[in-house]
Amino acid sequence: MTAVPVIARPARRAGTRRSRERAAWGFVAPSLIAIGLFFAIPVFSALLLSLTDFDIYALADIGNVRFVGLQNYERLLGNPLFWTAMKNTGLFAVIGVPLSIITSLGAAVILNARVVKWRPLWRVMFFAPYVTTLVATAVLWNYLLHTRYGIINWAIQSLGLPAVDWLGQPSTSIPAILMFVVWKIFGYNMLIFLAVLQTVPDDLYEAARIDGAGPWKQFKHVTLPAIAPTLLLVSIISVAGFFQLFAEPYVMTQGGPAQSTVTVLYFMYEEGFKWWNLGSASAVAFVLFLCILAVTLVQLAVAKRMGAYE
Amino acid sequence: MIEARPDRRSTLGLLAGAAVSGVAGCGPRDDGRTRLSFWAMGNEATNVPQILPEFERLNPGITVNVQALPWTAAHSKLLTAYAGNSLPDLSQVGNTWVSEMAAIGAISPTPAFAADLLTDQFPAVLETNRIGGQVVGTPWYVDTRLIYYRSDMLERAGFAAVPQTWDGWKAAMHAVKRVAPSGAYAVLLPVNEFEQLLTFGLQGAEPLLRDRDTRGNFSSASFIAALEFYKSLFDEGLAPVASSTQISNVWTEFERGWFSFYFSGPWTIGEFKDRLKPETRWMTSGVPGPTGPGASAPGGSSLVVYRHSPHQEAAWKLVRFLSDPAVQARFNGITGNLPARESAWATPAVAGDPYIAAFKGQLSRAKAVPKVPEWERIVTEMQIVAERMVRGEYAPRAAAAEIDRRADRLLEKRRWMIEQGRAV
Amino acid sequence: MRGRTVKAIALNLAVAFIALLVLFPLAWMVSVSFMSTGEAAVFPPPLLPKTWTLDHYRDLFLTQGMGRYLWNSFALASMATGLALAFTVPAGYAFAKLTFKGRDRVFQLLVAALVVPAQIGTLPLFLMLKQMGLVNTYAGALVPWLASIFGLFLVRQYALSIPDEMLEAARIDGASEGQIFRRVVLPTLQPIIVTLALFVFLGSWNDFLWPLIILTDQSNYTLPVALAALSREHVQDIEMMMAGAVITVAPVLILFLALQRYYIRGMLAGSVKG
Repeated sequence: MTAVPVIARPARRAGTRRSRERAAWGFVAPSLIAIGLFFAIPVFSALLLSLTDFDIYALADIGNVRFVGLQNYERLLGNPLFWTAMKNTGLFAVIGVPLSIITSLGAAVILNARVVKWRPLWRVMFFAPYVTTLVATAVLWNYLLHTRYGIINWAIQSLGLPAVDWLGQPSTSIPAILMFVVWKIFGYNMLIFLAVLQTVPDDLYEAARIDGAGPWKQFKHVTLPAIAPTLLLVSIISVAGFFQLFAEPYVMTQGGPAQSTVTVLYFMYEEGFKWWNLGSASAVAFVLFLCILAVTLVQLAVAKRMGAYE
Repeated sequence: MIEARPDRRSTLGLLAGAAVSGVAGCGPRDDGRTRLSFWAMGNEATNVPQILPEFERLNPGITVNVQALPWTAAHSKLLTAYAGNSLPDLSQVGNTWVSEMAAIGAISPTPAFAADLLTDQFPAVLETNRIGGQVVGTPWYVDTRLIYYRSDMLERAGFAAVPQTWDGWKAAMHAVKRVAPSGAYAVLLPVNEFEQLLTFGLQGAEPLLRDRDTRGNFSSASFIAALEFYKSLFDEGLAPVASSTQISNVWTEFERGWFSFYFSGPWTIGEFKDRLKPETRWMTSGVPGPTGPGASAPGGSSLVVYRHSPHQEAAWKLVRFLSDPAVQARFNGITGNLPARESAWATPAVAGDPYIAAFKGQLSRAKAVPKVPEWERIVTEMQIVAERMVRGEYAPRAAAAEIDRRADRLLEKRRWMIEQGRAV
Repeated sequence: MRGRTVKAIALNLAVAFIALLVLFPLAWMVSVSFMSTGEAAVFPPPLLPKTWTLDHYRDLFLTQGMGRYLWNSFALASMATGLALAFTVPAGYAFAKLTFKGRDRVFQLLVAALVVPAQIGTLPLFLMLKQMGLVNTYAGALVPWLASIFGLFLVRQYALSIPDEMLEAARIDGASEGQIFRRVVLPTLQPIIVTLALFVFLGSWNDFLWPLIILTDQSNYTLPVALAALSREHVQDIEMMMAGAVITVAPVLILFLALQRYYIRGMLAGSVKG
């Protein structure tokens, strides 16, 4: 289906242009058709679907679908569980993004020090959790976080502190899941930071040192400006990632306790594939998309402002 | 390394291969045997393979393949499978889901040759499986909720048994609270569970939905009375305002006397037998009503045969086997599930268990809840409002109106369907 | 000089400490998977099995159908890889090196589309595939991998570095565009092809939401879907669940370690520049 064979003829100026254009279309067509069919059409249909009351009745008989305008959105805004999901997702992002970025950056700065030995080895090691299967490691962390037999509580109790019912109470369920998420993903951003840090010339640090700058000042005046653009990019990608948490609550808490870990995507899954309200689930998907878009635009605007001042 | 030489044939070949192997994954192997695929959940899925060898021995030529679904994922799995035309031949289905599966036309109604399976059943449970005049599911095991209580605490408070009227019961609760350790309550009604309030609501004479089940009827005098009774238990300090997730394990609190009355189903019998210390005395009792023994909602699971299944006859054979009173009594011995066939209750193992006795009475007083696919969402909304009422946001009358408003909104589609003649 | 050494030791210790935190969970997972039933459910949690046993692995393969799930995961990931390469590599090359009408406009559209999370289309895509009869088939599970805009970008980025003179020279020799692609372009793109193949394989292997929705029958489950279902049924069987996690994680981890050079290079190319 891909490379449409083009009959080989000795190159003649006039004919080549057209045949080259045909060949180019042959190369891109399968991919564009697939993107159109399995990405663009579904996304646009989702918008349409969100304006209908497609539900379990419609699944049985398509004649049972009605156009309802913005009713799904209106009801969503009046649904407390939706707001809970929004709040939880917001909490995940607001705590999780800085936490994961600081962890990544910290690890990158330490690894970047010239005195650290076997750097390539550590690099791969720290990155390894990122490629592991999310569901499997989520199951693993469920046990690490176990109230009675978990290693984490064992460590806490060894320090003389009381055991924590990590996944069993609403106040600690989000931090507990975040611990797992940061463990799993920090290696990704760390690699990116590390790559950028390696492009900062040593002379700059040397100059700062001669000016009497300590490690903190060096970080603030040399490292931070160098990584600022990357920091922005990484935070945009991270926000989008944290907005799409699904498997973690599905495997670890099933949205509980007391719906404290129901995320927007989890809410969409339940609305769509548990209750089969595909119309309202599509509306949830669109609200999620708008949120991601808004956060991205705000971050870009902030970056522009900051860039203008410097 | 993967050789990336894209050409038309290999791509098509891959696609075709994908489709074929996908189909092959669930297609029947052709050796003259009928392979029934049977989906079951949780405890039943774990234990039903123990009794199937006998079925296969009695029916040579039929092999049963049991697939286990976790309860928490079962509902969505069944509907996704329906959407994807990949339902099994037959499955276990929670009683409350029957109307939903029937509304989408997924289930085969009971054929004439299996009509006898519908005798010897608890009427309310059977009623739950009757949709639009046809019985679509065969009750497999039944359950209902009733009261577990600390008989020792009740005795100390001066009662021999649970009084069977609301007033008498409440007096007993006050008495129990007085003899209980300080800071304790009398009854546990988790504010995030709808079953308790629903049970109180079922005691009334009036139905919970009206107009052919297209509108809420929660503002009826009898439901408002139930709301008032429910709220008073919290207001008078008899029940803690707590959700079930805040109580880490029920049995230690029950043992400690933090509460002495607890609503639950038959599965708790085994749990309490295992977990409670032998010196903790407890018993089961029917649910009190406003003026005498009250009703409760019938629960449990039914067996349904799916319409698209090419093995209707074999599937019904399996339903017949699992409905046999002797098989059901044996299954009770393995799982603790209460048999659906009333005659299975006469077997010594079932009849001899003092904790089960109250269930028999309660099941005979069970009352089917409205059979609309929206029901589960309606009671979820009901409980959200009830929790707010308990926390002081609504008076009972205002709460009833709010529940009606929400129910009406959920039933809007159903009203339209009925007007259009698209639903029964 | 003294201060330098102290600093060096401190930094190396810090790195070792992070490594411990990172690797401990994975090591514990492996260790527990060899413990006998119930051994891990005690306080304080044991670190190593008293006696090593393969019981849980045997149980998973013999009674829980793990072999089937392993095969499904493997087959789906391999097919997804092959298809994704077949669809995206030629297109990525064409966007970088061939001129055709509307190329830039189409490309801008694709860039804009990158902000749209794929999950939005999940529900209609499910209904579409239901119409096509592809729910609960491998083909249904593979479909999203054909429409990878990211892969197209990755290849385009890399293909931009192919010198035009090389292509021109081949054209002057009379080679057709198809021949040029096969003989000149593909060998040059080889590193990025390995990278992309690795991304898709790992991505498909680890994917959860889509297979959870589209694969309804147990016999078609992939490892993550099966593991999620098993973990709800067997919460208390820590040791068996850890064995399941090891089976799920080990293949991708080994693959990654073997080809990590390609993975990391591609990842940095995709995110730092892009």
